[in-house]
Amino acid sequence: MAETVGQRYEALKRAALQKISILKSKPLVLVGTATCGRAAGALGILSVFKEEVDKNQLDVEIREVGCMGHCYAEPLVVIAKPGFPTLCYGPVDEGTAKRIVSDYLLGDDPCYDFALFALDPNDEFPTYEDFPRGVIEKKIILADCGLIDPEDIDHYIARDGYAALTGVLEKKPSYVIEEIKESKLRGRGGAGFPTGLKWERCYLEKDFPKYVICNADEGDPGAFMDRAILESNPHQLIEGLIIAGYAVQAAKGYIYVRAEYPLAVSRLRVALAQARERGLLGNNILGSDFSFEIDIFQGSGAFVCGEETALIASIEGCAGVPRYRPPYPATCGLFGKPTVINNVKTLSYIPHIMRQGAAWFKSIGTENSPGTAVFALAGKVVGTGLVEVPMGTTIRELIYDVGNGIKDEKQFKAVQIGGPSGGCLPGSALDLPIDFDSLQEAGAMMGSGGLVVLDEDDCMVEIARFFLDFTQKESCGKCTFCRLGTKQMLAILTEITEGKGKPEDIELLQELAEDVKMGSLCSLGKTAPNPILTTLRYFRDEYEAHIQEGRCPALMCKELITYVIIPEKCSKLCDVCIGSCPTEAIYTRPDMLKAIHLDKCVKCNSCMVACPPQYKAVVKISPPLAVEKEEGGAESEG
Amino acid sequence: MKGKVTITIDGQQYQVPEGEKLLWAALDCGIYIPHLCSIRGEEIPEASCRLCFVEIEGLPDPVTSCTQQVWDGMVIRTRTPRVDRLVRTAFELLLSNHKLRCSECLKNRNCELQKIARERKLKLKLTRLRPMLEEKPVDDSPDGFIYDPNRCVLCGQCVRVDRLVGTGAIGFVNRGFSRRVATFADIPLAASRCNQCEECVKVCPTGGLVFKK
Repeated sequence: MAETVGQRYEALKRAALQKISILKSKPLVLVGTATCGRAAGALGILSVFKEEVDKNQLDVEIREVGCMGHCYAEPLVVIAKPGFPTLCYGPVDEGTAKRIVSDYLLGDDPCYDFALFALDPNDEFPTYEDFPRGVIEKKIILADCGLIDPEDIDHYIARDGYAALTGVLEKKPSYVIEEIKESKLRGRGGAGFPTGLKWERCYLEKDFPKYVICNADEGDPGAFMDRAILESNPHQLIEGLIIAGYAVQAAKGYIYVRAEYPLAVSRLRVALAQARERGLLGNNILGSDFSFEIDIFQGSGAFVCGEETALIASIEGCAGVPRYRPPYPATCGLFGKPTVINNVKTLSYIPHIMRQGAAWFKSIGTENSPGTAVFALAGKVVGTGLVEVPMGTTIRELIYDVGNGIKDEKQFKAVQIGGPSGGCLPGSALDLPIDFDSLQEAGAMMGSGGLVVLDEDDCMVEIARFFLDFTQKESCGKCTFCRLGTKQMLAILTEITEGKGKPEDIELLQELAEDVKMGSLCSLGKTAPNPILTTLRYFRDEYEAHIQEGRCPALMCKELITYVIIPEKCSKLCDVCIGSCPTEAIYTRPDMLKAIHLDKCVKCNSCMVACPPQYKAVVKISPPLAVEKEEGGAESEG
Repeated sequence: MKGKVTITIDGQQYQVPEGEKLLWAALDCGIYIPHLCSIRGEEIPEASCRLCFVEIEGLPDPVTSCTQQVWDGMVIRTRTPRVDRLVRTAFELLLSNHKLRCSECLKNRNCELQKIARERKLKLKLTRLRPMLEEKPVDDSPDGFIYDPNRCVLCGQCVRVDRLVGTGAIGFVNRGFSRRVATFADIPLAASRCNQCEECVKVCPTGGLVFKK
């Protein structure tokens, strides 16, 4: 008797639920071992848990999971013990891990001191939703990250995973496309092109075979959301990719991952193998007549390969260099065949939309940018990490409520949004609702969702120079504007930060930036000037201070500052600065106070860090003092 | 048989073949548009030199004419402030990375850069931009010609003709500012699989590849 697609899925789900219920009958320890957790020592914590549980012969299940997004509190551990609220602990060190085992797993004390929040409502401990971050965040594609084992498909299936695919296989491809069009989902790779339209274009092409590609070539400095999704919930993406394949009637999919993401690749491989084993991938998926294969393609980590035509060239075995569009890949892509390319995040939304409907998706976010936005909060913000908020959330809410404000009680200066090709927005943009269109209007862009918070210590000229240095190095070099224009602009910016800028440089920079934006072949070049254009627009006075006064207002540009020890604040009893100085530039004056030889000082900042907080005698001043032989009195120098 | 379409270039009407790329249509009509990288008949043009900008009525921004198929009733302007500005900047950027000293160049008076300068009244020297040339060694190993990377503008004509004739001796190497044309493993041309057919020299628009006198 032939089973239907739905019946086959029900059987899979029953088995998964059974497995999970057994798992839930005993204490469960989840250790976040995504790359970010590992960097914070998660693997050490994992082995401590294993050793301690072994030593005490406890019946406890320990699993590796992905990333919950709370970078500021890594490594994270979640413990679900029957009879207690599920708790998240962090940052967990070896001592904490041992205490948790002895007091909570062996005993019955949940160690609330170390816990961050509870995951389910209870009378004992605040839940995530009790914090501002939890109130504003609305997790869709990050919802299961850090809570399910990425290497166990049953965890995903038990949470309705692959239900969307099952439903889709019972409908026509055109139904899927209509639903995605109706949802108004826009591509999360940065440009925000309507996903449904892209799929429809490809679907209407009568050339076969067709391809679907997941773009996981995340290369922005400061962005890590794609990696986190790949490492935490690979099946969500795989399900999305299979649905995309079904919608456009492709037989083959590729996941293009940069080779710098080895853990993502290995977890993807495991996930693909498990999906194949369950009949969710490969020939006749769930007994239907749709067959689909997915290959992983490892790119060599060139930023420009995130551009879709360069990515295609790379898979074809050529150098990752973009070409002129049109023709767009949807009509003429990989091997000249119709190809859909979607970002990791875009594809991750697909199962949710197909399961819960376009109307549900549109009820979140703004009218023209429905759904959520995933941001990687980085820089001078307290709560760094991965967050998912409804579109339309303001930058202020994102930084102050979700991110908990600026580090060290410093003054907010700007937010660099959208990665290296995004823009720097000032304080006046704090109440800007974040969506594709409003950011574009302000001169920035959604980009991949990198969000770097800058404070009073950040020089905006230097920030522009930093990002341009990145794009200049990552330019493929094919077109004149990008290859040479970014080089010119970088040279000018470098001169300005070194105090060698000329008054006419600002205008030249502005003109070049506009021309490179207008004239470049692909989006890398077209967006590379954004950091310059926005800093010129919002922070022109800083450029002028550098050029006209030789002064760096943020005291960041080394050539434009001098380190000085204020005698009134310095103590005769202390000489830690002398010990900290690597070039012996600090000496003791005859009156026993300390001073700096400017000609020996390399401005490494060590003395400023070393000077005890009760004195704070070392300061930076700008414009710099002229280097003279003596400063104060150097008689004691031998 | 392809039909004709009517287009208007700088106020003048012309009949041009349907489906033709605008750059070639305009050149056939005797209207000069600066260009270095494009090859007639190429399905997907390189569009890398960024010199052949024009403005087309109905399109918000200037576009490269090598990538634009003509349509009936297309209205084109080859000289507008925006076009002139883009062409000037692209040209100056190329010069910033180009060994000038034309009098010492074997392509003197026969060089596309000189032609662009003449047609568009642009100076053959750097005025606003910083010189960016990092001099690289010249390859004079072939019997009849010289490859001077310092005068190459990376139009790619040589690479494509090399592939077309089936030699495959040269290609682009490196990224960004370091991009240049080289042989496999960067050996001298004479030692490479180059058979010195000299097709690449014939298509080079500048002093990058020149015949020995």
